[in-house]
Amino acid sequence: MATHHLTTPFTDEAIRKLQAGDIVYFDGTLFGIRDLTQIYMFDQNHEPPVSLAGMPCIHTAPSLKKVGDKWEKICVGTTTSTRMDRFSPDLIGQYGVKAIIGKGGLYEGSLKAMQEHAAVYLAIVGGSAALETQQVEEVEEVYWEHLHPEALYKFRVKDFGPLTVAMDSHGRNLFEEVKEKTRRKLPEIYKRLQIT
Amino acid sequence: MADLDYQIVEDVAKELYIRALCDLPPDVREALKKAHDRETNPTAKEIFKAIFKTIEVADKNKTLICQDTGLPIYMVKVGSQFPWNGYQIKERLAKGAERATREFPFRGSSTHPLTRINPQTSVGEGLPVVHYDFDGENDYLDILMIPKGSGSENMSTMKMFYPAHGISALKKFVIDTVFETGANPCPPGIIGIGIGGTADLVMKLAKEAIARPVGQRHPDPQIAEMEEELEEAINSMDRGPMGLGGKITTLGVHIETAYTHITQNPIAINTQCWPARRARAKIYPNGNVEYGY
Repeated sequence: MATHHLTTPFTDEAIRKLQAGDIVYFDGTLFGIRDLTQIYMFDQNHEPPVSLAGMPCIHTAPSLKKVGDKWEKICVGTTTSTRMDRFSPDLIGQYGVKAIIGKGGLYEGSLKAMQEHAAVYLAIVGGSAALETQQVEEVEEVYWEHLHPEALYKFRVKDFGPLTVAMDSHGRNLFEEVKEKTRRKLPEIYKRLQIT
Repeated sequence: MADLDYQIVEDVAKELYIRALCDLPPDVREALKKAHDRETNPTAKEIFKAIFKTIEVADKNKTLICQDTGLPIYMVKVGSQFPWNGYQIKERLAKGAERATREFPFRGSSTHPLTRINPQTSVGEGLPVVHYDFDGENDYLDILMIPKGSGSENMSTMKMFYPAHGISALKKFVIDTVFETGANPCPPGIIGIGIGGTADLVMKLAKEAIARPVGQRHPDPQIAEMEEELEEAINSMDRGPMGLGGKITTLGVHIETAYTHITQNPIAINTQCWPARRARAKIYPNGNVEYGY
């Protein structure tokens, strides 16, 4: 298990070095997206007003407060990614997103897109909003403000992590591997519990 | 006996919601530390370190541990000597939960089930959830507050088994549920199990099970043994924190039981995430308030 400290934008070379099980921290830009943001982009055909190429996107609906023209953070936490799986291959293929951050993981189609376009899924520690919020230095921009709290957010982050490389660009999916290992243990567990 | 000033109940309901979201109970902190010490998987160790940092930041800044402030659930136990007006208590709990949401402020999650409109109050028709019970021993009003977030609550499940299925079917149901739900309920948390009762009671039992201090065993030795057995089995799955591998998949398995019908054997599972949030207050007839967990 290696620990990587990265800076955005992520290069293909940096992404290809990440192996399932590694830990990542990074500095720089992080885009926040959610269900509605992606429905707006992909189902209602709105082009993002900013380039996402080389950048990480996190599944979040942050609590923010607008003071004058500035958005201040209240609480930035992360939601389950599986709900948004169908948008992920295009986020990677069409818009050049290099890392998707969330909890719970994504499915096979997203894993293929990661292999093809050099991208990864980084699992955050669910429930750790207090820590995440502290690592967000500033809310730099809120695009599509009418969609708040599911708008497109541009955060500046410092030492953002720890994130576990759960799906890498070489076709490994840690969630599936762990699940498969457990599946093989089930008969022995049933036997011990006298489950017939 | 003079009636209570019900403003106290409202203020306590508000304070309990905020306390539960920001201050993790000592037994949960202790269980997480013990789990980290037993963990050998390096990725899982890193996850535990992030969990400890999160708790530290929440303590220091008096801020939310998790952004999902959940739906408010109050478990109220009325002492036999407590002068009470049940309607007032119900109204004030709702008002207190709403004030916590607006005044802290934090994200309200209560939503109309069809229109999906969210009034940002954490309450609404049927909310907060309030369970009442009565206590013959004490004179105070005991209020336990559990905010329940969606990641773990969405993994709730129940099944009506028949007597012919036996205990073996109940155990299989628990193991299979933990296997299927995997990373979703933010493990390692508490697996709350209800056994017996009716369809509605069994889920309430499962909810009471997650509210018990971590590791506190059921007083019935047979049930306690089943808790230990399932806990050991779940932790031998190696799903680990966040379902990414490791020795610790649960901090504890708690079971609550009730008598059931001769033709039934219901079971319910309610999983709690690692921030097993809860806060308690005792309100005495003279208006004094004592906070705890």
